[in-house]
Amino acid sequence: MLGLEKKDTRLFLIVIGLTMLAPFLLNPFPEGSEMAQFNAGYPDLMQRFVIFGIFAIGFNILFGLTGYLSFGHAAFLGVGSYAAMWMFKLFGMNVVPALLLSVVLSGLFAVLIGYISLRRSGIYFSILTLAFAMMSYALAYSVLATDMDGPDKQGLMQKGLTGGETGLQLSVQDPRILGAKAGADGNTPVPNFFGIEMRSATEMNVGDWVFTFSAGYYFSAFVMLIAFYISIRIFRSPFGMMLRAIKSNQQRLNYTGLNPKPYMLAAFVVSGMYAGLAGGLMVAMDPLAGPERMFWTASGEVVLMTILGGVGTLIGPVLGAGLIKYMENILSKINSEILHQWFAWMPDGLEDVVVTMIYPFIGKGWHLTLGLMFMAVVIFLPGGLVEGGQRIMGALRGRKAKDGKPDADADVKPAE
Amino acid sequence: MSKTNVTRRGVLKTGAVAGAGLAVPTIFDGQAWADGHTGFTNAPEGGSVTLGFNVPQTGPYADEGADELRAYELAVEHLNGGGDGGMMKTFSSQALQGNGILGKKVEYVTGDTQTKSDAARASAKSMIEKDGAIMITGGSSSGVAVAVQALCQEAGVIFMAGLTHSNDTTGKDRRRNGFRHFFNSYMSGAALAPILANNYGTDRKAYHLTADYNWGYTTEEAVRSSTEAMGWETVGQVLTPLTQTDFSSYITPVLQSDADVLVLNHYGGNMVNSLTNAVQFGLRDRVVNGKNFEIIVPLYSRLMAKGAGANVKGIFGSTNWHWSLQDEGSKAFVQSFGTKYGFPPSQAAHTCYVQTMLYADAVERAGSFNPCAVVEALEGFEFDGLGNGPTLYRAEDHQCFKDVLVVKGKENPTSEFDLLEIVEVTPAAQVTYAPDHPQFAGGQLGACNPGA
Repeated sequence: MLGLEKKDTRLFLIVIGLTMLAPFLLNPFPEGSEMAQFNAGYPDLMQRFVIFGIFAIGFNILFGLTGYLSFGHAAFLGVGSYAAMWMFKLFGMNVVPALLLSVVLSGLFAVLIGYISLRRSGIYFSILTLAFAMMSYALAYSVLATDMDGPDKQGLMQKGLTGGETGLQLSVQDPRILGAKAGADGNTPVPNFFGIEMRSATEMNVGDWVFTFSAGYYFSAFVMLIAFYISIRIFRSPFGMMLRAIKSNQQRLNYTGLNPKPYMLAAFVVSGMYAGLAGGLMVAMDPLAGPERMFWTASGEVVLMTILGGVGTLIGPVLGAGLIKYMENILSKINSEILHQWFAWMPDGLEDVVVTMIYPFIGKGWHLTLGLMFMAVVIFLPGGLVEGGQRIMGALRGRKAKDGKPDADADVKPAE
Repeated sequence: MSKTNVTRRGVLKTGAVAGAGLAVPTIFDGQAWADGHTGFTNAPEGGSVTLGFNVPQTGPYADEGADELRAYELAVEHLNGGGDGGMMKTFSSQALQGNGILGKKVEYVTGDTQTKSDAARASAKSMIEKDGAIMITGGSSSGVAVAVQALCQEAGVIFMAGLTHSNDTTGKDRRRNGFRHFFNSYMSGAALAPILANNYGTDRKAYHLTADYNWGYTTEEAVRSSTEAMGWETVGQVLTPLTQTDFSSYITPVLQSDADVLVLNHYGGNMVNSLTNAVQFGLRDRVVNGKNFEIIVPLYSRLMAKGAGANVKGIFGSTNWHWSLQDEGSKAFVQSFGTKYGFPPSQAAHTCYVQTMLYADAVERAGSFNPCAVVEALEGFEFDGLGNGPTLYRAEDHQCFKDVLVVKGKENPTSEFDLLEIVEVTPAAQVTYAPDHPQFAGGQLGACNPGA
């Protein structure tokens, strides 16, 4: 189907199934029950899953295939966000032109940064990209955020190009030459896809369960599926083969008379465009672009996602992105009061002991849990969650799983 | 390698799959917002109502966030009829009965803003979408306040800002669904200027070190314009990165200039470090132009004073509220906070407690949780007994107008909480400005949004 081999088709269909049924799969617990805390099927988080999935898929094209570790990918995420935001401010609230500009602009930005950074490899490349990302952050945070509008401060540029720390926001005073300045109720208009508002949602009640279907989520999921499909095609193309060759031995490639530079630059730009697309989508779902999106921790996060899920695998980065966003949004919201509720059946003294023992790992301590999990994955499952899934499948089929081959993306089942 | 042979069968199969996928979200359209939503977002069902407390639990303002959360828990306790009732007894509006809000028990969810706009919005969104919060409150930075306020406007819930001091929150970025009780940069400048003139004279040369972000700019602008109006001259102005921890390289040029006053437009850890550096460089022992060199910190907090230790002694600044105030409201609040937690509340805790009470009271008076009704009840609302004297929630910009405290680092602190002494309580009239004052111009409240 669609020019994919059989096993890729199967993987793609599984991904389609999972994304389309996500509102059900992520809401396994009935509303109002103790376990409802762990439901992740609300629009904002589901959107984050697929958007960061796109980001990680793109990052994996660079890191997974060429082995070049970019530590500044968040810069493209930020550029995409600001580009989409300006499209909303200047032209109108349709998401399609905004996403197009995001992709194009981040692509151009990637050409610039890639051209310079790719002159070095290894740690020097990582540091160069990190430096560029932090420069972009500083620019967005203060340099481009100063008043460029003169003393009256009434106009479009009253907060500069990026809005600084507060971020770039919509306003009813924006020109929006192709659309309404304000919505019907006099508020800022909502991003839409030819009239379908990204914020609109439908709820379905089945017994105690409530499932939310959000237009924004399905739009993002659709974009993610396209991105995923393109990534499969890149992985299976001669171009993808060249990138793998760069990873395995660049010197040998040079000696055979091939120049790897254009391939690497192309991979870098494609990967930057993916990040820009993710940034644009973030703004389409929630119209605000802030500079911290470009901070080095955001760049580090996508590295974690990719490694956690499985470097160089097709589905791995998406799983890693999902896991990290789930922990960030669900685990971090469990506070000590909820813990006390859970363990209320224990005798008082024991309850306090148990709560004190668990407390450092939840709530604001979710980073600690993530760190431990990351260490466990890196040490025991070098191929990430995908390798874990393969081992489980292997064990189920009654034969020993093959030893860690991170590149074995062939027989992959998502670890859901 | 890449196979592009499109077959009729392949196209049909693909089309069927894609069609089925697209159909899934539309099948259920008929039941939009099935039941329980009567005209506004997250209308409370059953016997309880959920509030969202979105505070920094990690990052530079985690201490303030923790204190805000304590205040919220106390407020919920009081609203539900527990504890000693705190400021509910002294509040001029006696609409609250101690039986929750409109008879519904108050429940709450908490989230971590991390002092980042993105994280704060994600957290607020999950409170609105997942937990059904009807009101979001909290935060300890203006960037976060502005971001979350805009989100609440879009989503159709009320936002009661926590600690946010930038002019923009109720200036350029004001929103109909957002309200601020805390004071702002302009008020700091207006309250400080006369005190500074009395103590340091009207012929001074000031040098500003300003944190390089939104709050820093508005504070510098406010302090500059009010000190220049009384005759001071601004001889230098340097922006410092927010992440800076060592300010030595910024202090040296001050020594070389002919400035005799240093204004530190810094907050939190920034201020602790820059003040410590300035004192270490001997600025306070300097004599320039025949005058003693002075340092000013426009926005003070007890937690900052604690961090800077002995260096704050005798340094002027402004604050929204201080636990040593002797009015009935403040005393009641300090009493119940102290009983529950064992130490006096900070100004962040105070403003958050008051915001929760004001919201609950507005709902009670309006007789509805509908955001538009709440907005109407809060706009132009005059009240007293919440610690700052008679206060007005101005309708034009949703800013509270009340007395502002000018404080000074105490020379002989008696405890680790007794670090600031109140120099003057500047009356509200002196810090009031027109809604379209140049420092606040460019914003529009828009219409109230009750959401879905």
